[in-house]
Amino acid sequence: MGSNMAEAHPVGFQWVMEAKARGAEVIHIDPRFTRTSALADLHVPLRAGTDIAFLGGVINHILEHDLDFREYVRAYTNAPYLVDERFQDTEDLDGLFSGYDSGTASYDNTTWQYESQTDSGEGGTRAKEQSRPDQLGSGGPGVEGGARKIAADPELKHPRCVFQILKRHFARYTPEAVEEICGVPAETFLRVCRAWTANSGRERTAALVYSVGWTQHTLGAQYIRAGSIIQLLLGNIGRPGGGVFALRGHASIQGSTDIPTLFNLLPGYLPMPDTSHEDLPSYLHKVRGDRQKGFWRNADAYLVSLLKEYWGEAATPENDFRFDYLPRINGDHGTYRTVLDMLDGKVFGYFLLGQNPAVGSAHGRLQRLGMSNLDWLVVRDLTMIESAEFWKDSPEIETGEIVPERCRTEVFFFPAAAHVEKAGTFTQTQRMLQWRDKAVEPRGDQRSELWFIYHLGRLLREKLAGSADERDRPLLDLAWDYELEGEDEPSAEDVLRRINGIDLRTGKEVDGYLDLRADGTTVCGCWIYSGVFADGVNQAARREPHDEQGPYENEWGWTWPLNRRVLYNRASADLDGRPWSERKALVWWDAERGEWTGHDVPDFEKNKPPDYRPADDAVGPAALSGDDPFVMQADGKGWLFAPNGVVDGPLPTHYEPHESPVRNRLYAQQGNPARKVFGRAENPSNPSPPERGGEVFPYVFTTARLTEHHTAGGMSRQLPYLSELQPELFMEVSPRLAAERGLTHLGWAHVITSRTAVDARVFVTDRMRPLRLEGREVHQVWMPYHWGHTGLVDGDVVNDLIGVVLDPNVFIQETKVATCDVRPGRRPRGPALLDYVAGYRQRAGVTPETGTRIDTVTRHDTAHLEEDR
Amino acid sequence: MGLADWIRSWPVYRQLTGRDRTGRGKAAQSGRSAALAARTTDADRVVGSVCPFCAVGCAQHVYVKDERVVQIEGNPDSPISRGRLCPKGSASKQLVTGPQRAERVLYRPPYGTEWQELDLDTAMDMVADRVLDARRKGWQDADEDGNRLRRTMGLASLGGATLDNEENYLIKKLFTALGAIQIENQARI
Repeated sequence: MGSNMAEAHPVGFQWVMEAKARGAEVIHIDPRFTRTSALADLHVPLRAGTDIAFLGGVINHILEHDLDFREYVRAYTNAPYLVDERFQDTEDLDGLFSGYDSGTASYDNTTWQYESQTDSGEGGTRAKEQSRPDQLGSGGPGVEGGARKIAADPELKHPRCVFQILKRHFARYTPEAVEEICGVPAETFLRVCRAWTANSGRERTAALVYSVGWTQHTLGAQYIRAGSIIQLLLGNIGRPGGGVFALRGHASIQGSTDIPTLFNLLPGYLPMPDTSHEDLPSYLHKVRGDRQKGFWRNADAYLVSLLKEYWGEAATPENDFRFDYLPRINGDHGTYRTVLDMLDGKVFGYFLLGQNPAVGSAHGRLQRLGMSNLDWLVVRDLTMIESAEFWKDSPEIETGEIVPERCRTEVFFFPAAAHVEKAGTFTQTQRMLQWRDKAVEPRGDQRSELWFIYHLGRLLREKLAGSADERDRPLLDLAWDYELEGEDEPSAEDVLRRINGIDLRTGKEVDGYLDLRADGTTVCGCWIYSGVFADGVNQAARREPHDEQGPYENEWGWTWPLNRRVLYNRASADLDGRPWSERKALVWWDAERGEWTGHDVPDFEKNKPPDYRPADDAVGPAALSGDDPFVMQADGKGWLFAPNGVVDGPLPTHYEPHESPVRNRLYAQQGNPARKVFGRAENPSNPSPPERGGEVFPYVFTTARLTEHHTAGGMSRQLPYLSELQPELFMEVSPRLAAERGLTHLGWAHVITSRTAVDARVFVTDRMRPLRLEGREVHQVWMPYHWGHTGLVDGDVVNDLIGVVLDPNVFIQETKVATCDVRPGRRPRGPALLDYVAGYRQRAGVTPETGTRIDTVTRHDTAHLEEDR
Repeated sequence: MGLADWIRSWPVYRQLTGRDRTGRGKAAQSGRSAALAARTTDADRVVGSVCPFCAVGCAQHVYVKDERVVQIEGNPDSPISRGRLCPKGSASKQLVTGPQRAERVLYRPPYGTEWQELDLDTAMDMVADRVLDARRKGWQDADEDGNRLRRTMGLASLGGATLDNEENYLIKKLFTALGAIQIENQARI
């Protein structure tokens, strides 16, 4: 769902085809018929942006017909736990949960806690402004109590137990509701339910695959929660053939999340400190529960080892390991906020390191206008890209909004080394690190990022040497002594060794995060990667042929954590530690030898028996019972209901996209009540019900990628082979929409939103199917987004059509669905384009306030405007 | 070539006497084709690598001759890809050896209308000066309530998902030490 795997991840898709050849049923649920659909047993088209309604329908089907894997659910999930009696569901509040504040469009989640918990709520504006849930990536949010029992009903009958709350919450997601919201006939929907449930349980497992078709929504995190709830209910997590697979789109996008170049995280999902963290103890007190279960309790060892890697000998127990050197966040400092701050003149310099936001980010025009208001810009890439030439060759030059002679931005373009010209690791989409050897030297001025950053740091330190300014201490005290290879290239292997961790008492590499200590005697750059250099060997460089090793191929590359291929695989065995079935054996308890063993590395303490019960006062890993498979979670269980950690509700709920042609059929609340909007004139929204004017943009708009191009095109539109295979931007429309708007196959047409208009060739095809909703026909328009103005093939920037509105958990933009109009012929050129789009805004009554009155239940009249900041 | 060899080199002779009776294989091969060798056969070395496009992580063999990449193919040993590459992965050689690759630093001064060339060391030095300047202009010691911020809002960085883990590590480390917090990458989109 939300993935076109055959085209976006073709080589990975061979395994889906292998499974199909061995009898697996493959179902593709996606708005457009693609090559993935063509190879599936069943394609289910649905309206873009309605996946939670569909998934909620599946959850309702499972619960209504008692099709859940009850033994698994009762023992391994939080289904039996009782929730605070003050909790109110969307059933009670017409689409809102208890704790909502209209003024800030955020939740206080105090009432979402387990009954036996007190005062551990952590919601509110700060959580929303800092993308807090994103900071809980590997640790999960705190639940205090250690090994003590949480109030529960093992019979799952208590009206306030998670299981019953789930049942009530999804009761209205009936097949009829799915049909009316998603446009999927009830019979087709039920066929999916039957296939999913029939292929789950003790003997069988089902896998769920998603991509950015799920994440790029104003409620993207909740899409994934909905999928996870189904997989937990059906016992498909931690088991072979099960799981929820996130197919990511860049070679090391997983790595750049684990070792984050992200504002709110430090390596290993440790949160960036904020203004509430005065010192190291107060930080640790807040990021983990003092009395919580599981391995996140050891966050002190992870953070101190990181600080030791950053500041070496300057970091001592007496000075809190230089915790005070870390800058503090106190709000949203994400990429879209930063671009708006550029427009407002608050940002002076910008580095683009292998990213092309002028094409790849939502609202390309905002990106380019932001860059035109900087002091300086540094672009590092393999080739010339749109973001480096906005002052010369952008659509705004044509409209007159940017004039080179009046644009002050100083631009530096540095050619980058390619993947064969440097050594290092990528982390692929299943958390596997794979080492690349260097094949050849880069040429001319081409350099790796490792070289660039290392030498930039060296120059900065030289320039500041002798500075008495306290603010320069973190830079001057930085451990910046990596080994060099050849003339002046930093050794990637040395960096990886220090990411793995070193025991300072012996000078040797540690074997994993269990070896890390909080007393300053270990350094470790990223605790979840600890073990990649176990035994002093670069484990990521292992290349044992797949046909010369076991079924889990544990000797190819290295997967975090500790080379485990399936996370939480303790759940593949029953309560007594026996595989749920022989067919689905993965790891199990060997009573004779007193240890966990199996095909994969067990994701559990090796010698802890299944019947182990901790003492009441135990905390951390020691507090985990022998049947707590979710060892990172603060209660050891898989979360059907999320008392903490998701800012827009403890359960997924169907809300309409920010821009939608229809009113929410289920609740008075129209859109995600906690979504992030940026109401300002440069970032207009198309109106959605209950606002008026939406008929001016009557169609659903969605985008995706092609096999032959890569993201913003910097690595593909310059290549003759790929450009020849996909030479021109196009849009796909159904024959009925073509007739309605007078569009001709292979002729020109343009798509219009309140942001801009973009033109492309028309492809009239049955791949786009009109959907029937509430007795009327709704059309969808699809475009690929890879084109720009640089390269062998060029075309309009499709992302210019999209506005900036974000998921509140992770600050990802809603690129996968908007509303639009489409008209035959080419769009107006030059300044006439601005007038044309302004005319549309006027007809639709669009103002900066449009789309920013988020609360549609109480009609609390708050417009969330930028000017109010 | 003797007469017998000359006769034996005829495709029709080879078709009649050899195993390729339909004349669609070896028998139809010209002398030129027979003399051709794959670029991979006389490479000086084969280097293990990974495809730089999507996140599937297909393994690549990079063939190098005279310190140039002459071919990139899938590595059949990989349990992920079993030697396959998609159209993008198959175009990797063009990605790294094509004429689109920039080799020189370029500079566009304020209000400039064309790129200029700039020496790498000079460019690095200029960037370092500008980093310090932007850092100073955007520096914040504390918020309005006196809470420590110790940061700069003057500079930002974007990108990382196409880079190595080791590179991301140094980017985050250096910028954090500078007090820069607006460090982001493609994972946010």
